[in-house]
Amino acid sequence: MTTTEQTQKIRDFLINHIGSDKFSDKEDLFKQGLVNSLFAMELVNFIETEFGFEISNEDLKLDNFRSVDALNTLVLKNKN
Amino acid sequence: MNVLLSKNQLAAQASYAEFFGIKIAPLAAQIDREEQVPESIIKQLSTAGYLGAILPEACGGLNLDPVTFGLLNEEAGKACTSVRSLLTVQNMVGAVLNRWGSEPLKNKFLPQLTSGTRIAAFALTEPGHGSDASSIEMQVTEEGSFYVLNGTKKWISFAQIAGLFLVFGKLNGKICSLLVPSGAPGLSVKPINGLLGARGCMLGELHFKNVRVPQTHLVGNVGFGLFPVAFTGLDIGRYSIAWGCVGMAQACMESSKLYTKNRKQFGEPIANNQLVKRMLSEMAVDIKAARLLCFSAGKYMEAKKREAFGEILAAKYMATKMLKSASEASVQLHGANGLSNEYPVERFYRDSKIMQLIEGSDQMLQLMISKYN
Repeated sequence: MTTTEQTQKIRDFLINHIGSDKFSDKEDLFKQGLVNSLFAMELVNFIETEFGFEISNEDLKLDNFRSVDALNTLVLKNKN
Repeated sequence: MNVLLSKNQLAAQASYAEFFGIKIAPLAAQIDREEQVPESIIKQLSTAGYLGAILPEACGGLNLDPVTFGLLNEEAGKACTSVRSLLTVQNMVGAVLNRWGSEPLKNKFLPQLTSGTRIAAFALTEPGHGSDASSIEMQVTEEGSFYVLNGTKKWISFAQIAGLFLVFGKLNGKICSLLVPSGAPGLSVKPINGLLGARGCMLGELHFKNVRVPQTHLVGNVGFGLFPVAFTGLDIGRYSIAWGCVGMAQACMESSKLYTKNRKQFGEPIANNQLVKRMLSEMAVDIKAARLLCFSAGKYMEAKKREAFGEILAAKYMATKMLKSASEASVQLHGANGLSNEYPVERFYRDSKIMQLIEGSDQMLQLMISKYN
């Protein structure tokens, strides 16, 4: 999977939840109120099942889930 | 159901039926009456490996797949709700620790959970916060290399005998989860007795007064205590309860079939009455439907699919609702005898109400089901 495809997959998941694509890859989704803490669980679940790795305690930080860019970095780090 | 299960699962199911049918079911009325699970039963559960049913073999667990774990819960539920609850909670806490605990925590506590050296309790609910878990008030502060807990937890299953509490609290407004061993200075347990059902669950109210635990006892990270840490346990809990309800309803149906076959009115067994047949057939169909939902949830869990969350919610909601109606019909079919504790259906009827409230009330589950299905 290319980085572009990966980004699109993450964006698709978020768009489906938020109901809009009006957010940038850098945007802090929690700060903007687009998602809530319950959604953090869904994000963990999504990342683990879609990209095939378990998120470690060390990576269980809100900063890793704030934006499309942050999620991309998290996935890339664990895939490598 | 046989066509859905593998040979190994069928063999496991048979051994669970034998274990719980012979060793636990005859003691269920006593457990209900005396409001406690005897230590001898805990030892037997431990010897059989059931206390660590879903935990890795390396720490003494059985590493059961989700469906086989479900079968274990069905047979346990058929025999005794309180014993099944003990398995539920032990595996909930074990699952959380196994998924989110640090290696040192896992190495220390998981073998103790699988061996039964420590019984576990899941301390989330508080006197003022049940469904609204994100509003919990248990206060966690930092003091050097320790966390200090102050607050109260209520309705905590097996608090009376627990050796290890998974406690949820707030540190600077963020939810975190901590392992607190029993006997920690400042921790006291007040037993809660006289419940409507599930009376052997040895509930307690926990009081924390400046209870100190090392910061290494943090499970997961601060801010993630509820999602996903607590929900890892709640998923297991709901799944286990759902299967347990199927077992309870199955026990109600079997008791009802036997009773109506032997009970004669107007010169013949009441089982010949068409209205009785209708009640039994509805019970049978509802049980099958709930069991299939449980099975489906198990398969999603096994496949590690996101949809498992919604499937578990649906299975738990349906199974508890089904049990309520099946146990009520069962009491009805037993007539006055159904009101007496000489028959197990009276106990199952009382227990059924508890199932609709724990690990998410029906109403909370409905709210989530509407979103996740």
